[in-house]
Amino acid sequence: MLSEINYLLFNSVMLVNFLACVVYLVFFFKQKEKLRKIARMILFGAGVLQSLYILSRYLIAGHTPITSQHEVVVFFAWSVTWAYLSFRWRYSVKNFGTFVSVLIFLLLIIAASVSRDFYPLPPALQSLWLPIHAGFAVMAYGFLALAFCGAVMYLLQERELKSKKFGFFFSRLPSLDALDQLNTHCLTTGFTLLTLGIITGSVWARQAWGTYWHWDPKETWSLITWFLYAAQIHQRFTLGWRGKRAAVMSIVGFCSVLFTLWGVSYLLGGMHSYAQ
Amino acid sequence: MPNETILLLGVNHKNTPLEVREKLALSSGYEEPLRALGKIDGLREYYLLSTCNRVEILVSADDGESVEKNLAEFLFGDALTPDQYEKYLYCYRNEEAIHHLFMVAASLDSMIVGESQILGQLKEAYRWSSEKKCTGPILNKLLHKSFSVAKRVRSETRIGSSAVSISYAAIELARKIFGSLDKKRVLLIGAGEMAELAAEHLVSNGAKDVVVANRTLARALDLAKRFNGRAVGFLEIIEQLEQVDIVVSSTGAPGIILHKEKVKPLMRRRRNKPLFFIDIAVPRDLDPALNELDNVYLYDIDDLNNVVELNKEERDKEAVKARRIVDEEALKFKDWLAGLTVTPTIAALRAKGNQISQLELERTLPRLKNLTSKEQRCIEMMASAIVSKLLHDPVIYLKSESCKDKPEMKVDIFRSVFALEKKQ
Repeated sequence: MLSEINYLLFNSVMLVNFLACVVYLVFFFKQKEKLRKIARMILFGAGVLQSLYILSRYLIAGHTPITSQHEVVVFFAWSVTWAYLSFRWRYSVKNFGTFVSVLIFLLLIIAASVSRDFYPLPPALQSLWLPIHAGFAVMAYGFLALAFCGAVMYLLQERELKSKKFGFFFSRLPSLDALDQLNTHCLTTGFTLLTLGIITGSVWARQAWGTYWHWDPKETWSLITWFLYAAQIHQRFTLGWRGKRAAVMSIVGFCSVLFTLWGVSYLLGGMHSYAQ
Repeated sequence: MPNETILLLGVNHKNTPLEVREKLALSSGYEEPLRALGKIDGLREYYLLSTCNRVEILVSADDGESVEKNLAEFLFGDALTPDQYEKYLYCYRNEEAIHHLFMVAASLDSMIVGESQILGQLKEAYRWSSEKKCTGPILNKLLHKSFSVAKRVRSETRIGSSAVSISYAAIELARKIFGSLDKKRVLLIGAGEMAELAAEHLVSNGAKDVVVANRTLARALDLAKRFNGRAVGFLEIIEQLEQVDIVVSSTGAPGIILHKEKVKPLMRRRRNKPLFFIDIAVPRDLDPALNELDNVYLYDIDDLNNVVELNKEERDKEAVKARRIVDEEALKFKDWLAGLTVTPTIAALRAKGNQISQLELERTLPRLKNLTSKEQRCIEMMASAIVSKLLHDPVIYLKSESCKDKPEMKVDIFRSVFALEKKQ
């Protein structure tokens, strides 16, 4: 029964997100304010469905569903969705939703294409620390993903402004200042969460394996990611790094996030690898 | 008189790049060029317009290839050879010239269709020409007509309401860079009319703190007072650049006044806050390479055009209406011009005389009841004889060779004296 609901839920998550993505894209082309409201409602619905799906997996597995490749990516998509939905009340960044909804949908496609099986959790990982550590890390990724979307938009808009050839994007993208503020906001939030993720992970490692730091590939790459973002934030607040340079740094940082998430598991292995 | 032509030569933003236009623009005012223009043979009346988007000469002249060539040479001076300027120059005659002038005045030929600055510039140019006694009856009438055409277009179409001036375009861009203009600081380099207009727009959109830098401090002070701002000297510009966000430059300087190397070190001290340069001067004031700096955005007057293109469609519809008005008025003017020769004037005068005598006869004859048909014919002949005799001398005068150099002036006065215009 539960697994059927679970199956149905995932398909509806896919469907609703696809819808949200389509409506956002139509809005992007047509620029009708009404469409934007509809798209946002659909995305909100998708967010709720994602939460329900994660909850259903939790009930089936009996632990926080963040241990398989599929689960991590769904969690990632969920955190991007809610980071965006929580974020958008504060700043109105024109057409941000389009970019974010496309990213969310891409993540869900990845989630759909890997095995959705449940794997038993090794005893070492059965702890309250799992949701805390993984939750912080994935929420951090959510905000860093928003920073990435904003950075892509920044580069597109900046290119139009510099080249003075006003094409498709010029009227559809927000001001550079809004995108730069978005970058600051997402970066500081994402970075704080990332730091907490690494600290909680290290505390948990001490409890589970006896040492704070193992130089496991995932840990190393998380640290590299952390340094990339730390450097950027430092430069921003001391030297006033902003604009194009900050946008490029956000994209580089996000690539490092993606590599930490997948590349490490596939290429380098280590104790963080998900059950395959 | 029959050889007389209205000629209009010029270059504008449509087919002439800024680099060429800035070589032609008259940075020294109208006085000197008008005097030089007057030395060209065969010109009866002449007028000169120079704005950042166009330089045009309008003359009434004896017909002939040489006049056209001389004018082109005057326009381009030493800047370009005939082979080079051929592709930029346009030359209109008579109806076409009238039509073009009306198009310009009605702001249909402007870079930003419907903007209102051009009419002011036209009037200013005309003021110079008429003060220096360069214009005569034809150009006076033509230019006055162009002003009224512009007014008619403005009141009968909505071309001005959706119109956007250069400054409007600049604000659009500033919004894309800064989000909102609230609390943004503005530096005006040069205190000309364009700068004033731009500043007005910026302030009404939320910008605060206007700093004016001008070579003559008095003018800077005047302008600064208008916006509750400050005036600074030219040497303080670099220092001010650390604080401001938007720079509008519009000096009449012949060359670049702000180089990339000067601004580059500033950006670090500004903590890379974006800096938006608007260069509305022709020739340009600001180094085009400024745009290569991170977080610096430089737009010259041609670039601003592109922004305006974005919401062009709506205005195009109104432009069709406006063009019809221009066509109509150009035709009317053509008729007037055609009437300005001797023969139709004489015909009009005779027609008027006959009409008056006819009218009076119709009024008088019914009252004289006991007239025989012979007596009646006598009275009719007397009336027409009075008219012919009265008109004889004026017609002789009109046909005479007196005031030969300004025949159209004579005809014009003549037509006014006898109120021949009303019929048209």
